[in-house]
Amino acid sequence: MSDDHGSIFDGLIGGDSAQWAFGTGFEDPLAGVDTTVPGGVDHAELAAYCLMLGDDALIMSQRLTEWCSRAPDLEEDIALANIALDLLGQARLLLARAAAADPGVLPALPDGSPVPPEDALAFFRGADGFRNVRLAEVPNGDFAHVVVRLLLFATARLALLERLRASADSVLAAVAAKSVKELTYHRDWAGRWFLTLAQGTEESRRRLLAALGGLWPFQDELFAAHPVELSLARAGVGVDPGAARDDVAAVLDQVLAASGVARPDVAPLPGGGRHGTHTGDFGPLLAEMQVVARAHPSGRW
Amino acid sequence: MSARERASEVAAQVRDPEMPMLTLADLGVLRAVDVERKPDGGEVVVASITPTYTGCPAMATMRDDLVHRLNDAGFPRVEVRVVLDPPWSSDWISERGRAALHEAGLSVPGPARRAAGPVALTLGPVRRALACPRCGSAATRLVSEFGATACKALYTCTDCLEPFEHVKEI
Repeated sequence: MSDDHGSIFDGLIGGDSAQWAFGTGFEDPLAGVDTTVPGGVDHAELAAYCLMLGDDALIMSQRLTEWCSRAPDLEEDIALANIALDLLGQARLLLARAAAADPGVLPALPDGSPVPPEDALAFFRGADGFRNVRLAEVPNGDFAHVVVRLLLFATARLALLERLRASADSVLAAVAAKSVKELTYHRDWAGRWFLTLAQGTEESRRRLLAALGGLWPFQDELFAAHPVELSLARAGVGVDPGAARDDVAAVLDQVLAASGVARPDVAPLPGGGRHGTHTGDFGPLLAEMQVVARAHPSGRW
Repeated sequence: MSARERASEVAAQVRDPEMPMLTLADLGVLRAVDVERKPDGGEVVVASITPTYTGCPAMATMRDDLVHRLNDAGFPRVEVRVVLDPPWSSDWISERGRAALHEAGLSVPGPARRAAGPVALTLGPVRRALACPRCGSAATRLVSEFGATACKALYTCTDCLEPFEHVKEI
């Protein structure tokens, strides 16, 4: 730390890490993992792609974290926190992969800052540096809103990562194989709650339909391929999200049919998140997520 | 006993921080223990672990516990590596680990589902053939698929009415 009381903590941290519950020095989450970039793959493209996948998970995780202590009951509060934690874990690996593939994506930090690369990406990029889809950043609403958002998000991410398991990049393939297992639980949790709310009371159904109508227009962006996604899909490293669209529609139709809900007939909203163009609500989200880290750019956590 | 065998024995005794009735070896997260010779001539114990879930917050504790236990056992240089592939499966929990879970009042995971293609949606209630770890009754009710740690679901026994945790299939 660079402030006055920093020296005390420096002294503590410099000592035996056994005194800390979690030790110190949270090194590279990819320690020991082969991070060689496959031949013929552009490092900058791979990094940009990892940021897209990682930022989707990070920002969705942040919105889910805002639910902590606010869910209708303790079990669902824990469920949302669990899902947020899984996504945060995915984000950590993907952001670390982005930094390993192309250190050029890292924002500048003071010399000697111990902030690890994945934290630098999460906490020290400006809004226009984030590549997440807008569905992830929309402000939270009621419980029906988080159920619908998670259903749309997890269904699409699961379909994408199912395909990414075959990636020529060994890190992406490994992260995808692991994430698929987690996302299955997320999607099915959201699907079951969707059904429950649809068949619950008049009020729960009304709220569900309102959330569905409001969030459905953000879906188009999930399948609109960015040039980097197309380029890496051709190289066998990435996935064209457009290719997953039918699978996603089939799953959503299954949920809608079981719930007796018609597919919303609403016009899609423009995207832009993959290019760093975000909604007005993204700034406040980032401010809350980043404020502590930015106050201590040389901090050790 | 070789250095590698001795180091393996020490590492295999380290317990999981969140489910301390299990060793890391019984949980299946300890993937390998090797001794590598470094260019400076010194020997380094390399322990490889894999996360149960990608966001598992216990990884840093596992790593530190491995380092400390191996240091205490006379291995001053220890590296802990993360292995992501193949991803951890609850199928890797050993028989001894399953017995220890049951003994501690936790319900043991059944076989994990394997899927190469699209994963089928489960909209109905999750059906597992499990028994209350306290009274043995099969009359149980799923409370939540998400529990106190990422790897557990919450159940209630409808016979003895005790709540219990089930280690999820993954």
